[in-house]
Amino acid sequence: MTSIQPGPESGTNQPLRPARPAPESVQPSWAGALRQELFASRTDGLVSVLLILVILAAALGLLRWALAQAQWAVIQANTSLFAIGRYPIQQQWRLWLLVVLVAGLSGVSWGLLRAFPRADRSGEIWPFNDRLAVVLLGFLAAWLPAALALGLPLQLRWWVITALLVTMRCLAGSWGRSLPSRLVRLVPLSWPLLYLFGMVLIAGGLGIPRVPPSEWGGLLLTLLMASFAILLSFPIGVVVALGRRSSLPLLRWSSVLYIEFIRGAPLITLLFLGQNILGYMLPGGWAPDRVWRAAWVLTLFCGAYLAEAVRAGLTAVPPGQLEAARSLGLSMPLALQRVVLPQALRIALPAAVGQFISLLQDTTLLSLIGLLDLLGTARTVMANPEFLGKNAEVYLTLAVLFWCCCAALGLGSRALERRLDPTHSPV
Amino acid sequence: MSATLERIPWWRDRRVVPWIVQAVVGLALLLVITLLVGNLVRNLTAAGLLLSWRWLGQPASFDVAESLIPFDASMPYWRALLVGLVNSLRVILVGLVGATLLGTAMGMASFSGNGLLRRLARVYVELIRNIPLLLQLLFWYFVVFLALPNGTAAFQLPGIVLSKSGLYLAWFAQGLSWQGPELVNGVWQAPLRLSVEFTALLTGLITYTGAFVAEVVRGGIASVPKGQWEAATSLGLHWSASMRSVVLPQALRVIVPGLNSQYISLAKNSSLAVAVGYVDLYSVSETTLNQTGRALEVFLLLLGSYLIIDLLISAVMNGVNQLVQIRER
Repeated sequence: MTSIQPGPESGTNQPLRPARPAPESVQPSWAGALRQELFASRTDGLVSVLLILVILAAALGLLRWALAQAQWAVIQANTSLFAIGRYPIQQQWRLWLLVVLVAGLSGVSWGLLRAFPRADRSGEIWPFNDRLAVVLLGFLAAWLPAALALGLPLQLRWWVITALLVTMRCLAGSWGRSLPSRLVRLVPLSWPLLYLFGMVLIAGGLGIPRVPPSEWGGLLLTLLMASFAILLSFPIGVVVALGRRSSLPLLRWSSVLYIEFIRGAPLITLLFLGQNILGYMLPGGWAPDRVWRAAWVLTLFCGAYLAEAVRAGLTAVPPGQLEAARSLGLSMPLALQRVVLPQALRIALPAAVGQFISLLQDTTLLSLIGLLDLLGTARTVMANPEFLGKNAEVYLTLAVLFWCCCAALGLGSRALERRLDPTHSPV
Repeated sequence: MSATLERIPWWRDRRVVPWIVQAVVGLALLLVITLLVGNLVRNLTAAGLLLSWRWLGQPASFDVAESLIPFDASMPYWRALLVGLVNSLRVILVGLVGATLLGTAMGMASFSGNGLLRRLARVYVELIRNIPLLLQLLFWYFVVFLALPNGTAAFQLPGIVLSKSGLYLAWFAQGLSWQGPELVNGVWQAPLRLSVEFTALLTGLITYTGAFVAEVVRGGIASVPKGQWEAATSLGLHWSASMRSVVLPQALRVIVPGLNSQYISLAKNSSLAVAVGYVDLYSVSETTLNQTGRALEVFLLLLGSYLIIDLLISAVMNGVNQLVQIRER
């Protein structure tokens, strides 16, 4: 739907305030700062008091509801449904294995990232943010399984997984530098391999029993759809953006047609196209499963928006760069690959991540075409007479979940932006 | 020497390569399109559903909960689709106005001298942008609006009543007599009643788009050099006067193009109405598809309608953009 354009850093948001008195030499005290911020004038003070009252009332109301009135049993009784939908119980070990692998590899990558200091970050192996993250992880591992009323075996599994993540982080952080560099270089490569392996684990094949997509659900389906669309839409976006800026008319016009067609229609009508018309367009038996049809629609949808983000990045690269590369004798593909695209993609990164965030949100639309993604599962749970009318609890939980995922993506994008900033890179 | 220079291999000849690339891409596209369209025609012919518009004249035989133009089940499909389109346009138009007002207020609030107000505006934007719109719409509808009290317990303000059965507003009734909502036999009645579905959809769309508009407005105001603000202040203008007469007119140049894309996405997002039971164009189309099986025609109609709405919004915003450009001497 909407592409999120992360605005400038909120910290740079300078208040425009009239005539400030000359700065005094004394250090402003804590109370003085508060006074300046909240009670600079009589109107300001009135507004502040009103806002504080409203915020307090809202917070108290929410707290009282969450602790006293809300019945969280609807979440506790359906945790596995929310997490993985109707994935067969005897096959769930595959998902646990995947979680263990992801946790281990995350720990290793995280530790190695800290073990090799760069100019853009402090050389500390345990900077403040990391210590905070570990404390947060520990808290989550202790609190979340208990809050969700998971059985002891499940709680134990989560503790082990968290412990694995933190241990790998410690080990890689301490010993990462003594590892042979060939091994270290394998780590980034292992992520795509893990993704493919994870696909096999989830879907089956290669000797393990198949689990059809109609049995995937909940958070599993949401993450799968989002990651699939994000990964595949990236090459599509780059190719189409290059096509749109190409001097060859056929490439340019077909790219424009594709982008404008996708961007002109609401996502739901495209999903409609995928569900109701795609079957007619492919030879009998070729049409993929409903879940995969939706996944391809999401991919093509995201690709068009991504193409616009990449195009903006390409436009921002001075034409002299391409000319210089060409005059050095680089062929067109090589010049694009080595000179133009690295610069363009760095510029396009914030807009692209904004697009990924909105794609993650757009996966909720799958529930409108009858797929059991996180929201779809939630709606089936609430249709259950046992949990009728528990809308607030379920929607709030989902909102918190989505908010955390999207905010984490946004934070990660800002960190990556700083890392890729050429003014920060090592000399 | 010149002989070696002339002997460029054809795969590196800049006069030849573009044509080869285009030919290959064109051939591939042609193949794919032929395959898709060929299959489509063959399969639709086999199913007896090949492009035809005659079904538009048949009676729709389904009812629409709310409609601005007269409609009943005996009227033809085209009329039902028109009702959906009008309903969509209604929510889009009101939503545009609401989102603009809310977004502008929030965007300006993020430059307020009041630290609390400034941070609250940030919290609003960060909260709304990171939660899916569909989830927000369902929340507004099922958690907020359907939980409202009815009858005498409804929320009442002078001229406005908000209850589970809808939003009742004071309006001109029968000529020019101003009439407010009143309770008749335990049921609220007013000259202007907005259904609870419409109100929930509108609230969701306005709060969601408002956050994006706030970001656009904030970016626009931030693009005005700080000296402009200082100059206005040193002329003795108050905060609101500086904002209104000095900063905003300059910020509008940046704001209006950004608003264009937010407005278009609001128009497209209005199709999520189907989730809260508001009968918009998409909702009517879905019902029509279920009854007639005319997937291709319904899809083309949907696509065309949203395209026209998008183009209309763009045209209007381009006009506005011309207006707000600063004419330099």
